[in-house]
Amino acid sequence: MKILVCISKAPDTTSKIAFSAGNTQFDENGVQFIVNPYDEWYALVRALELKEANGGNVTIITVGTAGDDSVIRKALAIGADDAVRIDAEPTDAYFTAMQIANYAKENGFDIVLTGKETINYNGSQVGGMIAEAMDLPFVSLAAKLDMNGNTATMEREVTGGVQVVQVNTPFVASCAKGMAEQRIPNMRGIMAARTKPLNVVAPASVDMLTSFVSYDTPDAKSSVKLIDPENMDELVNLLHNEAKVI
Amino acid sequence: MILVYVNSDHGIGKSAMEVVTYGKKLGDVTVVTAGGASDADLAKLGQYGASKVMIDRNAKADDAQQLTRLVATAAAAVGAKIIVFSNDLVAKAVAPRLSVKLKAGLISGAIALPEMGSDFTCKVNVFSGKAFGNVKVNSDIKIISLLPNSIQPELTGADCAVENFDGAVGDIKVKVLETKIPEGEIPLTEAEVVVSAGRGLKGPENWGMVEDLAKTLGAATACSRPVADIGWRPHHEHVGQTGFAIRPNLYIAAGISGAIQHLAGVNGSKVIVVINTDPEAPFFKAADYGVIGDAFEVLPRLNEALKKFKAANN
Ligand SMILES: Cc1cc2nc3c(=O)[nH]c(=O)nc-3n(C[C@H](O)[C@H](O)[C@H](O)COP(=O)(O)OP(=O)(O)OC[C@H]3O[C@@H](n4cnc5c(N)ncnc54)[C@H](O)[C@@H]3O)c2cc1C
Repeated sequence: MKILVCISKAPDTTSKIAFSAGNTQFDENGVQFIVNPYDEWYALVRALELKEANGGNVTIITVGTAGDDSVIRKALAIGADDAVRIDAEPTDAYFTAMQIANYAKENGFDIVLTGKETINYNGSQVGGMIAEAMDLPFVSLAAKLDMNGNTATMEREVTGGVQVVQVNTPFVASCAKGMAEQRIPNMRGIMAARTKPLNVVAPASVDMLTSFVSYDTPDAKSSVKLIDPENMDELVNLLHNEAKVI
Repeated sequence: MILVYVNSDHGIGKSAMEVVTYGKKLGDVTVVTAGGASDADLAKLGQYGASKVMIDRNAKADDAQQLTRLVATAAAAVGAKIIVFSNDLVAKAVAPRLSVKLKAGLISGAIALPEMGSDFTCKVNVFSGKAFGNVKVNSDIKIISLLPNSIQPELTGADCAVENFDGAVGDIKVKVLETKIPEGEIPLTEAEVVVSAGRGLKGPENWGMVEDLAKTLGAATACSRPVADIGWRPHHEHVGQTGFAIRPNLYIAAGISGAIQHLAGVNGSKVIVVINTDPEAPFFKAADYGVIGDAFEVLPRLNEALKKFKAANN
């Protein structure tokens, strides 16, 4: 079983979100980058569990520049066999997905996994785009994934509940909470990651369909109005007459 | 021409009214849908601005590949330049596929109408609600996936025509074995009011007072991440940076400290009420109304006050 896991770098969740160059660029100053949590905790760890149970190979892939190699090594330390970096700035989801789909088509994988979304752009786009580009079925927001031969049984989130679905390989799935438990890399993993293969691949020529032109940050809240815990009638009154939300 | 996809399988929900209202502000709206809704229900979308509704009753409303083909066929049939979805779990599976199929730029998580000057740009939520971005679309056809609760539905017209439509949807590769949707619960992302609680509630046995308050308010319930992690509450209630991002009109948080990752998922809420014993809890900085007090006393008291208010206003 060959599994391809798509990973993205993301700013550490405690990062201060600021913008530079006249609010046109994310300010990376002082920002620590991590492997996007959904990619790492759920997609990658589940892929490794499947490999441990059934044999096979787990490759991680990212679209990024040389600066992202440290993030790739973090993912390798958790246990992937090898890594691929498509050497380009991941300008938008379409560009990123088409690069990955190209690579996956040429190299043949049984399963392609992504995280549910990245925590910076929250697009939830790449997985579905890869699936369409490869003409494969796509199971979004899978919270469970079990393999039996070539058949996967998955539980996925649907509006207000869950759905159990079955699909044969090859397929693409995006992974959400419930799939697996976060793994902390150990010293051996970190050492081994240094020498694992990291193949740098030239990008294909792909159009850019979208671009971020500017950013804003939300207005700061005016200060909180404190209400006497004994007087909930007052809170109800404010919610009705002042905030007008009930 | 604007093409709006709506989910109608479980009736016409608020998000369907929102996307039709949104589409109407951009041009003439055709709605496309799949599944088993009645003609009478679908015709009502005309009241929110749809000129007509096209339904393919052979397409499965939960198969992303079929829905992608359906929307693509409909877009070609009506010559759509803008395609609008509600950014729900169906759209998250369908809109990216459609983007590739039509080579149309996708704006997901839109929170406002697009600017349509020399550039076509639209405002979206990014960094899990910590910032907004303006996305420009370069392609001829544009796809917008609108965050729920970003626009108020507006009644503008009368019932419209409903037509059967063959979306050439093809076969199904993902077999659905079972769908489990608890009856009578309000989907969290669509809820206008959400009551949420965290580790301060000390154990799952204490959630009765959260549920009681939610019931009085007609609200959905949510929780912080550790609460879902330890299994006090189901995962689908977890809000925050790594859970659901929500933007209700009213978010009531009890026994939640307000860590940055929690705030990321809820700071799009219009009004935030925080109940916490600790006056230093960071959540108070993000709150509109704060109650420094014990949730075990304040929640039931608030519930009683609301019941009294409801009785007096009915
Ligand atoms: C990568 C990453 C991602 C994360 N993603 C998320 C996410 O998506 N969502 C999320 O919620 N968290 C997330 N977290 C966790 C987050 O950092 C916090 O740990 C978490 O939100 C804290 O949950 P809590 O407020 O329920 O618990 P605590 O921080 O333990 O807070 C409990 C609060 O309850 C108050 N309290 C205690 N007793 C009472 C009482 N009787 N009445 C009233 N108040 C009381 C306390 O004063 C305290 O403020 C993430 C963390 C990381 C590192």
